[in-house]
Amino acid sequence: MGSRKTDRREFLKQSASLAGAAALGATARSASGQLPGPEAQLRGTEELVGYGQRSRFVTSKRIPHGGRPSPDVFGLDFHIATPLQDQVGLVTPTSLHYVGTTRGAFVPDIDPAKHRLMIHGMVDNPLVFTMEDLKRLPSVTRLHFIECAGNRASRRHVTVQETHGMTSCAEWTGVLLSTLLEEAGVQEGGDWIVAEGVEEVKGASSIPMSKAMADCIVCYGMNGEPVRPQQGFPLRLIVPGGEGILNVKWLRRIKVVDQFYMTYNDYGHLRQDPADAALSLQIGPKSVITVPSGGQQLPGPGFYEVRGLAWSGAGRVARVEVTTDGGRNWFDADLRGEPQPMAHTAFSFSWTWDGKPCELQSRCIDEIGQVQPSRAEVARFWGQPEDQPPSVKGQDNSIQPWRIDSDGGVHNAIA
Amino acid sequence: MGACTMQSLKILAVLISLLGFAAQAQSPTYGVGRAPTPAEIAAWDIAIAPVTGDELPAGSGNADQGSELFMSKGCAGCHGTDGHGGMAPRLVKPDMAVPDDPWRWGRILPIRAPYAPVIWDFINRGMPLGQEGSLTADEVYSLTAFLLWLNGVIDDDQMVLNAETLPQIQMPNRDNWAELPEWLPNQPRLPEYPY
Repeated sequence: MGSRKTDRREFLKQSASLAGAAALGATARSASGQLPGPEAQLRGTEELVGYGQRSRFVTSKRIPHGGRPSPDVFGLDFHIATPLQDQVGLVTPTSLHYVGTTRGAFVPDIDPAKHRLMIHGMVDNPLVFTMEDLKRLPSVTRLHFIECAGNRASRRHVTVQETHGMTSCAEWTGVLLSTLLEEAGVQEGGDWIVAEGVEEVKGASSIPMSKAMADCIVCYGMNGEPVRPQQGFPLRLIVPGGEGILNVKWLRRIKVVDQFYMTYNDYGHLRQDPADAALSLQIGPKSVITVPSGGQQLPGPGFYEVRGLAWSGAGRVARVEVTTDGGRNWFDADLRGEPQPMAHTAFSFSWTWDGKPCELQSRCIDEIGQVQPSRAEVARFWGQPEDQPPSVKGQDNSIQPWRIDSDGGVHNAIA
Repeated sequence: MGACTMQSLKILAVLISLLGFAAQAQSPTYGVGRAPTPAEIAAWDIAIAPVTGDELPAGSGNADQGSELFMSKGCAGCHGTDGHGGMAPRLVKPDMAVPDDPWRWGRILPIRAPYAPVIWDFINRGMPLGQEGSLTADEVYSLTAFLLWLNGVIDDDQMVLNAETLPQIQMPNRDNWAELPEWLPNQPRLPEYPY
């Protein structure tokens, strides 16, 4: 009796292992049968274990922007645009974040242990901070977009990378500039700051004290890691909602001064017309459809999720509207998540294409009620002649039209 | 005599404590960082106040000297012998210029800049390409003078430019540029502009 029990246990054990073997066999068979596995495997390497990389089938790349090569004949990087058409979600991957430079720049190779930030000028306590010092201070982590003032769509552009690729959104971490300025003690009359980098051209921008104290961040972190060299390692000033050149990279000095300092960066944006100047400093309400966008091809009539990004330098995106008939009817798009101030906000719109030619557009309405204009609306506002192409004053935040032909081809429809 | 010594000692003590404080001062709330030395500030304090030229260093130069430096320092190699025609940006206003509107001459630093110290600042911080920061103050004054002379802003190629005379140069755009508005959060860029 006892021995039979034992036998039975033995038998059950053996059965179990046989069943296991059978199961393994089944898996092996299915690899060439009804449940095919991958065609190949990526062998683990020390490099891949230490720091991953994207699939070799994903080949999305940045491109030089604005008709000037990067690197140029001097080996300088100038303007580099992000592939918005390929972006999935809200945050721009750090390797694909757009790059703009003052006049073309070599990226400095900075040892963070030797890097210093000095705050001086019209302050009670001039201060020098090491990176270690800065990381001890209270910090913030916020999503913010940056956009180059040269992000201006033209009728010659084909893809959304060309029309809008000089903007990106990242999660930035660092110390509020107001924290540092309060420690230094800004004196009466200190109405401006000059923020300056350590690179060979010592790129510097003037920023009004009202903005400096409001929400600017001295950042050492970007998307969960130290700021990358092309983005200002080890320290970058983020000026939320301001034109790109204000976001000084490789930041080493902040001087509190009593006037607009008209640095070389500032000089490039000087205007004769006060309206033009006012519309250049801060980014207006803006959006663009990234899918479907110029150069893409719809395979045929049917359902599509129209997707895009919206942003404003004045605060949060309140609403995004989409038209599929060239602006006759507008519908609310769905916003993904809670819009953040001065950050890209992703939107989507469910759409069934009937196969007929049509024109898609999106427009952003921000929390203070500013509405993204069409190019025609801008021209009417400024009383520009109707027989000439509109000229958008300041930074260009006009609506981007995409035309879809009956063959499903998507084209830039700027007239 | 005794009182005098006491006075001297007191002054000395105050001086020592001031120096000690200056060298170790930290931020008042969080107690991090330190005070920079005057030498550290002077080495980095390169942005020049455009109207008054406060940070301009001692030194001087004229256009005659600048024309030599323009060749010997390699400026002409990139900008062209006469300040145009090279790979680098144009430095002299175009011949077909509309005479009374400097804004239509293009973004040419030595003629569009409303104040001459703006030109000095950029040559000093950004030139020559690859050897930035290598020019002496005298050389920057001379090159600035040369570019002003080339553009007809000054007529005399012997005119001495220094920290006193440079800010007094009357640039064509001196009072002809738009000031930026005060930038307040959650405010429209331009009042009455709905976009």
